[in-house]
Parts: sequence; C-alpha cells; structure tokens
Amino acid sequence: MVNENLVKDVVKEPYKYGFVTDIETEKIEKGLNEDIIKLISQKKEEPKFLLDFRLKAFKKWQKMKEPDWAALGYKKIDYQDIIYYSAPKQKEKISSLDEVDPKLLETFDKLGIPLTEQKKLTNVAVDAVFDSVSIATTFREELAEHGVIFCSISEAVKNHADLIEKYLGTVVPASDNYFAALNSAVFSDGSFVYIPKGVTCPMDLSSYFRINSGDSGQFERTLIIAEESSSVSYLEGCTAPMFDTNTLHAAVVELIALDDASIKYSTVQNWYAGDEEGIGGIFNFVTKRGKCLGKRSKISWSQVETGSAITWKYPSCLLLGEESIGEFYSVALTNNLQQADTGTKMIHIGPKTKSTIVSKGISAGKSKNSYRGLVKMGTKATGSRNYSQCDSMLIGDQASANTFPYIKSQQPNSEIEHEASTCRISEDQLFYLQSRGIEFEEAVSMMVSGFCRDVFNQLPMEFAAEADKLLALKLEGSVG
Amino acid sequence: MQSKMKESDPILEVENLSASTDNLPILKGVSLTVYPGEIHAIMGRNGCGKSTLSKIIAGHPSYNITNGDIKFLGENINSLEPEERSQSGIFLGFQYPIEIPGVSNLEFLRVSTNARRKFLNKEELDTFDFEELVKEKLEIVKMDHAFLSRSVNQGFSGGEKKRNEILQMALLEPKIAILDETDSGLDIDALRIVASGIKKISNAQTGIILITHYQRLLDEIKPNYVHVMSDGQIIKTGDSDLALELEEKGYEWTDNFIKET
Repeated sequence: MVNENLVKDVVKEPYKYGFVTDIETEKIEKGLNEDIIKLISQKKEEPKFLLDFRLKAFKKWQKMKEPDWAALGYKKIDYQDIIYYSAPKQKEKISSLDEVDPKLLETFDKLGIPLTEQKKLTNVAVDAVFDSVSIATTFREELAEHGVIFCSISEAVKNHADLIEKYLGTVVPASDNYFAALNSAVFSDGSFVYIPKGVTCPMDLSSYFRINSGDSGQFERTLIIAEESSSVSYLEGCTAPMFDTNTLHAAVVELIALDDASIKYSTVQNWYAGDEEGIGGIFNFVTKRGKCLGKRSKISWSQVETGSAITWKYPSCLLLGEESIGEFYSVALTNNLQQADTGTKMIHIGPKTKSTIVSKGISAGKSKNSYRGLVKMGTKATGSRNYSQCDSMLIGDQASANTFPYIKSQQPNSEIEHEASTCRISEDQLFYLQSRGIEFEEAVSMMVSGFCRDVFNQLPMEFAAEADKLLALKLEGSVG
Repeated sequence: MQSKMKESDPILEVENLSASTDNLPILKGVSLTVYPGEIHAIMGRNGCGKSTLSKIIAGHPSYNITNGDIKFLGENINSLEPEERSQSGIFLGFQYPIEIPGVSNLEFLRVSTNARRKFLNKEELDTFDFEELVKEKLEIVKMDHAFLSRSVNQGFSGGEKKRNEILQMALLEPKIAILDETDSGLDIDALRIVASGIKKISNAQTGIILITHYQRLLDEIKPNYVHVMSDGQIIKTGDSDLALELEEKGYEWTDNFIKET
C-alpha cells in the first residue's frame, strides 16, 4: 500500500489534509502510449469522436517540448513512470449515494465536504472527484428543475455528447501547450456545467478535487457553458495526501460565456506543498481559460494559491464579444521551498472590452513567487481598457518575488495601465501591532490578510473566511 | 524627591537604565519612578533619548538593555515581549503612528482590546458588543464613526492619527501611559481634545508620562514632575515650574547643568 511512502515526522507540518484513504483501487499499468489512451477511453465507454480527440492530442503532445520559460526549477518528469488512470473500486452502476463506499464518503467528510443527504452543505452543490473519477454530485435534481446541468464530465460525455462535441477543446485546443495536450490525451474526469439561457444558477456550484494515490497523476477536465443572459458562481477546492514523491496534476478548465452571461470561477488551491526541505508535493501545471464569446459577457477568475510544490498556472480571458469583461484576482502564497509562476493573459479582441488584474504574491521561507501576465490589445479592440496591479510581499530575507508583465498593443485607441509594488513587513509595523497586545504571529497574519484584502473581497463569503485561515496556517513559524 | 515615602507601591520603576542600538549607546543611566496618580513630563532636545526611553519601556526589539532594570508593578519586565507588556497595562502613544494597509481600524482595535481584556480575565467582546464600547470611547476623542472602517492610520491626518492613539488608550485602560509627543502636529482645538481625553482616561490609579517639547500641553495637563533629559540622562528634575522656566530660557539654559556636573 502507498502508506509506506507517507512522509515521516510530519508533526510540525501544518497541512491537515495529508491523510491517505485506504481503499482498493483499480489502476492501469504505468506509462503512456496509444494503447493506454484507448484503454482509458474504453473504460469510460466513450464515443468515437472523443477517442479521436484524445489520439490526435497525443500525437501532438509527442511532438511538443516541455516548456522551460517559467521561473521554475524541478527534476525532469518521467511521463512513463506515471499511472494515468486510478479509480476506487466500487459497484458498476451507482444509483444513489447510499451505494458509495462509506470510506469515500468519510474521506470527503474529513475534508469538510459532506456529501450525504443529511449532512450535505446547504446552498452549494458539490461534485466530488477522487483520483480519476467523480464520486458524487449533490443537488442534481434541484438544479435540473432550473435546467442547470451539473455532473461529472464522463457523464456529460454519455448524456450530453452534443454539447461536449460542440465545445470541448474550443477554448483550450489540444495543441495549446504541452500540458494541455497531455490532458487532452489522458483526461479522466472533472466537472461539467451547463446553464441554460436566462437562468441565474440558484446556488453556488463547487468541485472538490482529491488526489489519493501517490503514483498516479490527476488530469481533470472542466467545461462550463453559460448561455445567453445566464450566470453562475463556481468554486473549486483541492487537497492531496503527503507523499515524499511528486505527483503530477495537469488540468484543463474551459469556460464559455455567451451574450450577457457571467461566470465567476473561484479556486482555493491547497495541494500538498512538500515538506520544509522541499521533498514531495504536487506539481501543478494547469491551463485555465475563459472565452467571452458573447456581447457584454463577463468572466471573473479569483484564486487563492497556497499549496503545491510547483504552480504553473495562468487563468486567462479571451475577450471576443463587444464590451465583454475579464477579471483576474489572485493571491499566491509560497513558503519553504515552494515555487509559483502564476498570472493571467487578457486577450482583448473585441471593441470596448475591459479587463482588471489584481495580483498579490506573498513569498516566505526560501520560496520563489513570480507573477507573469500578458495584456494584449488586438487591432479591433478599439476603446478597450486594462488595469493591472501586481503587488508582492516578502517575508524574511531568503524569499524572492518577480513580476513579468508583458504588454502588446496593436490598437492605439486603447488604454493599458500597470502598477506594481514590492513591500516587506516592516519591524515598525510589527512593533506597533505588538505594542497593542497583538501577538507576533497574529500581527503577521493580520498584515498579510490586509495585503490581500482587495482579492479576498472578490471571493464568495465562506471562501474568504477559509482563505484567511489558510494563509495564517501556512505562515505559521515562517517569520522571525 | 523619590526618596520621599509614598503610600502606595510604584507602577513603574526605571533603575539606572542604559541601552544601545547597533552598539551605539543611547541611554546612559536613566532612573525614574512613577506612582499611581502621578503625571511626569519629560522634556529635552531632539535626540536626547526621550523617544528611545519610551520605546524601550514598551519593548522595542531594536534596542538592547546594557545595564539596569525596568520594573512594572514590582516585576522586572526587561525580557517581556511588547505584546505581554501591553496586555499587562503599559501603553505607548506613538509619536508617528504606523499605517497598516488593508487592516480595518475597527478590527485592529477589537483584537487589541480583547488581548488586554483576556489578560484581565474579562470577557472578550464580539463585533457587536465591541461596537457599543467603541462608540462610547469615540466620544472622548470626538472622533467620527467613519474612522473605524478605514485602514489603521492610513490616510489619517496628523491630528487624526494622534486622536486614534488616545482612542486606543481609552480602550486599553492602561496602568501607565507613555505619550510620545502626542501634542506635536496638533492645532489648538485638537490639542484640547487630546488633552481632555487624556485627563478623562487617567485617574488616581494610573500613571502618565508625557514626552513633549511644548508648554502648551502642560498648560492643559499639569505635571507633578518635570524631567529634563540630555545625552541619554535625566539632568534635572523639578515641578511644573521647571517647564515654564525652560520655555522661557530654552534648552541652552540646561546646558549649564551639564557643565556644572
């Protein structure tokens, strides 16, 4: 069992989601080739168009090179040493939650995501993904009454093949980048959301991604479609056990907003970050992109990135529709030996499009934290505007912060505004708070929350409180 | 005068205190004792060590005590953390209150007040109860409620910052308050508000040390003792008349004391 791999001496480690669920899993052999891809597709009983999609992506991936432009350093990943499909063994067809393995329900209970009818969260529908498969999705009937489809992407492939065929890969094509190509070839599960015309989704939707096994990668795929004049708020959470090996996570998220539609996508990423010496942790290579296809459509990304040994992630917006709006609010916290290279791309294509970027990077310990962003004004983006603000906070004297803003404008009649700052928590600020009876660590976490306020204000209420606590926890012992 | 018998025990005793920062001696043997109900004024040129003395009493980490002791209510506090000193009842009003971006003034005041209340075994206050308490205290410094929703000291005028300090003092109800040039940068009206605030908060059980350059604060709050500092030492102590004399003759006059000794 994988238990032997668990990192020892984790007493001091504040990561509280590091447990492993001891459950029988069905895994395929390690390695990646056409047969493996055919096997995954077969296991999921997929239509032919999807298998073709996967095989094409695989061919492209084989010709591509792993990107090395990010300010990240890590040991080369051996893609043949990864298991590409791992699922907890359960009955073939599950008709209700009562038939889900209690160990799985218990796992999500422990993570604060109860799924059973009696205990499930009110006002948030949850899709729970465990390794390669979706375990359960709550509130399905209630949502269906409004015409909202919320299910695992595997199910959507079976029941809504037309929508999948129409939209999958239209925002992030398989050839987009190395990790997107890999995901397109081997993706196992993820969430699917469809909001019909004119519907405001009656509750927040949320996916919770849990990696359990140490030797299999997680390659989830999420697709959200918001039809004309609809709106939805979607939340995403992630955790993983503590292993002393690195686990690859390469997800793709595609959002599509039609005329007057709005999608708000919030992430709290808390994958296992490795220990103080930088051993173990998730390699998080994620491609997230939204397409504002319709007029006056809006896509808003907010993210709190605290986990992973490596984060490579640039949630972006393609602003095609006239007067469409893209937003990116980000807090990225790195500690110990974590590395993050994260930011966004705002591609203004349509006229009078608007984008806002607010990024707050906090680096503690010996970590490296980079903001990398692109703002591009196309030839037709007349009257478009962007505002970017990138602030970095350094804690201690061994951490580093970088800002790489790229600006490309082909449209003279557009405005791009960029502000950047770097600060350090000053001894005087700490002394001031301490001299008012506030303990050192609380003083630090107060200042860090204050620094992130602009972003936290964008998060859904429960998430904001959670994010605040998470940052405080992550910074424990990092100062002084 | 400190040999004189007092009925109660002293709040603060600074005994032959020497301190340095970056190996540079700043204080060179300062002694000062404050009894309940007393108001002490410390005057002296810029750089004489007045502010340093106040920071060391509050526990600023940049200074090393090289000799002597600080006792608070009879206990040696040389090695206590700044937050422990605050919780136990020492208050420092800053000459330049620090801005903390993004941290709401209300939340800051509440956390701070609760830290002190916890020490006193009083019930900690939730946001609603605290709002009630703070409303009452805002009156003392004639501050508008809108101050509470702003970030700590950020964008406050000089006078607003100083009133925010006195508001903190009112909430924390310290045993001893050291007010470092609380009067500087205040116009006459603001000075009156601050002075009357200090008077309202203090009582027969509390001690106050006013660090100031100007007689006008001492007109409002009459000190029992006035100390003149120069080059890290208290070179002369007298009653409130000493401040008047100083106002008239300037610090040059005090240079003679040093020559005499």
